[in-house]
Amino acid sequence: MARLTQENVERAREIISRYPASRSALLPLLYLAQEQDGWIDDSAMEHIGDLLDLTPAQVLGTCSFYTMFKRQPVGRHLVSVCTNIACLLNGGYELLEHAEARLGVVVDETTPDGEFTLEEVECLADCDRAPCLQVNYRFFGNVTHDDFDRLVDDLRAGRLAETVPAHGVLNREQPPPVSVRRADAPHGAGD
Amino acid sequence: MTEQTETKKDTVTVTVDGKTFEAAPGELVIAAAERHGIYIPRFCWHPRMKPVGMCRMCLVEIEGVRGLPPACTTPVAEGMVVDTRTPVVKKAQDGVLEFLLINHPLDCPVCDRGGECPLQDQTFSFGPGESRFVEEKRHFEKPIAISELVALDRERCIQCARCTRFADEVAGDPLISFVDRGDHTQVLTFPDDPFTSYFSGNTVQICPVGALTASPYRFKARPWDLDQVESTCSTCAVGCRVNLQSSQNDLVRMLGVDSEPVNHSWLCDKGRFGYQAVEHDGRVTHPLVRKGDELIEASWSEAYAAAAKGLADVRDLHGAGAIAFLGGARGTNEDAYAWAKLAKGVLATDSVDCQLDDGLPAAAVLGLPRATIDDACRAKAVLLLGPDLKEELPVLYLRLREAVVDGGVAVVELGPQSTGMTRHAKTTLLYRPGEAVEVARALTSGRDPMPDAGGVRGEELAAAAGILGRAGEGVVVVLGRPSVAESGRTVAEAAAVIAAAWPQARFLPALRRGNVMGALDMGLAPGVLPGRVGLDAGREWFSQEWGVLPEEPGLDAAGIVGAAAEGRVQALVLLGADPINDFPDRTLARRALAGAGFVVAVDTFLTDSSREADVVLPAAMYGEKAGTTTNIEGRVTRVNQKVTAPGTVRSDWIIAAELAQRLGGDLGFDSTAAVWAEIARLAPSHVGLTADVLGRRENRDGVVAPYEGEGPPRHEAPVEQIEAAAAVHQGETLPSEAVAGAPEHAAVDEPSDDDDPAGAGRPPLLTFAVGDAGSTAAPPAVDAYALRLVAGRRLYDNGVTVRHSAHLAGLAPSPRLRANPYDLDRLGLGTGDRVRVTSSRTTLTLEVAADTGIPRGSVALPFNLPGEGAADLIDGTQPVTDLRVETTN
Repeated sequence: MARLTQENVERAREIISRYPASRSALLPLLYLAQEQDGWIDDSAMEHIGDLLDLTPAQVLGTCSFYTMFKRQPVGRHLVSVCTNIACLLNGGYELLEHAEARLGVVVDETTPDGEFTLEEVECLADCDRAPCLQVNYRFFGNVTHDDFDRLVDDLRAGRLAETVPAHGVLNREQPPPVSVRRADAPHGAGD
Repeated sequence: MTEQTETKKDTVTVTVDGKTFEAAPGELVIAAAERHGIYIPRFCWHPRMKPVGMCRMCLVEIEGVRGLPPACTTPVAEGMVVDTRTPVVKKAQDGVLEFLLINHPLDCPVCDRGGECPLQDQTFSFGPGESRFVEEKRHFEKPIAISELVALDRERCIQCARCTRFADEVAGDPLISFVDRGDHTQVLTFPDDPFTSYFSGNTVQICPVGALTASPYRFKARPWDLDQVESTCSTCAVGCRVNLQSSQNDLVRMLGVDSEPVNHSWLCDKGRFGYQAVEHDGRVTHPLVRKGDELIEASWSEAYAAAAKGLADVRDLHGAGAIAFLGGARGTNEDAYAWAKLAKGVLATDSVDCQLDDGLPAAAVLGLPRATIDDACRAKAVLLLGPDLKEELPVLYLRLREAVVDGGVAVVELGPQSTGMTRHAKTTLLYRPGEAVEVARALTSGRDPMPDAGGVRGEELAAAAGILGRAGEGVVVVLGRPSVAESGRTVAEAAAVIAAAWPQARFLPALRRGNVMGALDMGLAPGVLPGRVGLDAGREWFSQEWGVLPEEPGLDAAGIVGAAAEGRVQALVLLGADPINDFPDRTLARRALAGAGFVVAVDTFLTDSSREADVVLPAAMYGEKAGTTTNIEGRVTRVNQKVTAPGTVRSDWIIAAELAQRLGGDLGFDSTAAVWAEIARLAPSHVGLTADVLGRRENRDGVVAPYEGEGPPRHEAPVEQIEAAAAVHQGETLPSEAVAGAPEHAAVDEPSDDDDPAGAGRPPLLTFAVGDAGSTAAPPAVDAYALRLVAGRRLYDNGVTVRHSAHLAGLAPSPRLRANPYDLDRLGLGTGDRVRVTSSRTTLTLEVAADTGIPRGSVALPFNLPGEGAADLIDGTQPVTDLRVETTN
């Protein structure tokens, strides 16, 4: 079902050829599978195991260690709300609860229209702008409840398509540099 | 620290808890301390696996070292001072145990491990006694079956990684892994990909908590109710040392014992769980005598009388040569000796074969210079010409795999199909069945360029020859039967070619039945007498003691079955043998049982063959009798009795002795000890190997025959000594006499030198040379329209042990015909298609599967799986079996 496409198999072979031990290509291949489908299902892990001469259990062991490899389908926008200490003190949990109410899902669920997946994460290293969150790993800081609602509307309407590519195409589409930084507006990575 | 260990001295001086001693450089603190009686607590460290330092239980203080290093990852160094009991260490141990117990459910009263649990024991000895953790523990579904044999309780797991490391490092089957992370970490298989390793039971044995439990043992006993003896597993011929445990006179568990020369504490699952067959309800528990169409329960004296009368009648009417014995490779050495003495010394028939034409000629096994398992694991190169070791001798596979992976031993595989060793072999030469001799000749020819031979390309042969060298120096040949669809004689002849070309090569037989090596040593084969001597060479020596002896060499299993089918063998004695399922050619085996006028079966269950018998004598099984057994190396170890046999079941040697009495002979012994005493006195390879010698502490891993008297154990002997011992077996041989129907007449050595240690006319041991296997015929012609059959075995098959072990019976795969994708394409077939397969014997309908491990022109079908299969197709009268494969429509 979600085995690597022929094109990606060729890409995988090229990646494998870069390493003296083929097993070293495991993480890049998992990324490749996630890029292809937005998440990594069992048949993708089996396929990667075949390519690297590993058992599926070995692939699963590594894949499941990293929380950024998704083993469930993920919506177009992965919303990661930080509740680590700096954000907690600045209303991170309240933001998360607001997000649950606004999106109509609880943590680790996806909206029925497949637009949003909500997750709770540990420190995103954007503590100076707590509470913060990421959408598809793009930063948004000092997020008020109103900011969040606007953000959801903008994402849904496709107004942020430039700066926040859809989940699962992270490696292929780099966001343009953000030159202006405003305290109340979302801004891109790299600042 | 590494630098400190690289001292010039052979040893380093360390002090642990005030005790000063010498340790080997590089030795780990935890191991060195334990050797000197200081136990450092641990969970993750296991002496047979690489250290990981995961559980932190073995933290110690080392003078001059900051913090508390783990003793399991710290090598000793000169002058190192270690403290394992200071208040700081104690505080660390308290802390680690408190952590380990945070998520542990403490359900010891309902846990199989309770009472023998390292976590429980070490908590008592080293733990804080109290926990400050009051929060909810983590919860998992408990337990889940990670295979048919192993259940996993993730709540009990302390993440020591012993099981996952075993699966990866030792078994090479990494089917279990740590999944998720941090406090979510759990051991799991991949979904729908169970832990089907043949070695899964070892993870249960080494789990330091009750997280892994064995389905056959779950809730069967409490450890404090168990009674145990040390014994030797006789499921296959590796001879792993075990602890055999019973509760209320039922065998309930087998655990591996760490035997340095043999099994390194590991067992395969068939050996570990096969004891279930002993406890099976379907055992034959009383003698049975045929009355018309039915086998009726009888008293022992009636049954003995009936058996003796039947045998005596045949002897009187047709001569002793019309009586034949098949089987006997599953008992003790004492059993085998008793049967050999009954057959050859009382009845005077030499038509005796403990193998069922599924092994190798006795002369080859007994006459080639031997290697031990350790020799193979330390060899420069190993030439594997035999069965799939993973399927037939699993723990030998583990040992060789370790030698390859950790020791860098080069393995060259020579066989008709890929095996479990293929991925570890430097190269695998896939030959056309029936042409092993041609390949062996080319491989040892030293020619350049190398010609193609037996379906193997010259370049491949040259590469293999490059690895193996020219004279066989440092080469160990692991020799067995790669396929029962190919004559054993060609394999033996190939071995003779190798032995002649490479005088320094030594051989490790890879025969499978539990005590086949002991049975061969005890003379249960045509042309030989107990103690590895030829019939003629040993005639004088044995006739003084035994009285009569067969005048002529008898028939081997193929000869016996063929002669019985033609009515020339009139009486057949089956010693735990089931030729209908175990003889390569089932058609011929059925005819033999019908053709033999009188059949006595000494058996544990009614099999397809023993059901046809006129008299069935119920025999004791493994664990119900004591004695000795012999492994592939020739290593003699003790097997012990743990439970009482059911009904009126008796040991084989008693049955043989009683029958002898009624046939006008006297075996002359009244106990297993007396049988062994006679063996140690008479059998030339075993002279001096008395019960006293076997019982010595330094011999607890057994003694390798031929016994060479006092001295260091064989596996510790210096190389020159081993080579000198091997040289004894070499020398001139007389060509064997060609006897019609007796092709495996053993070769006989020249009279021995004057410096024979025992002197006094002791006959020389057998040797084996080119021509002795009786196969110098040209390879069979290749039929371009046919595919040639390869029939190897599977660990889980339709044999008596697996069939009667509740937890193993379901594991036997269904037979599929595997072929090279090229051949399948050619026939317009794909995996899963059903085909009609026709040999000269019959036509079967089978499912096919593509397998690149099968060379073009061959097809593989495992032998002895449930239902119709290879045995129905094989034509035992031919050196190979060619098949026509057609689509079903």
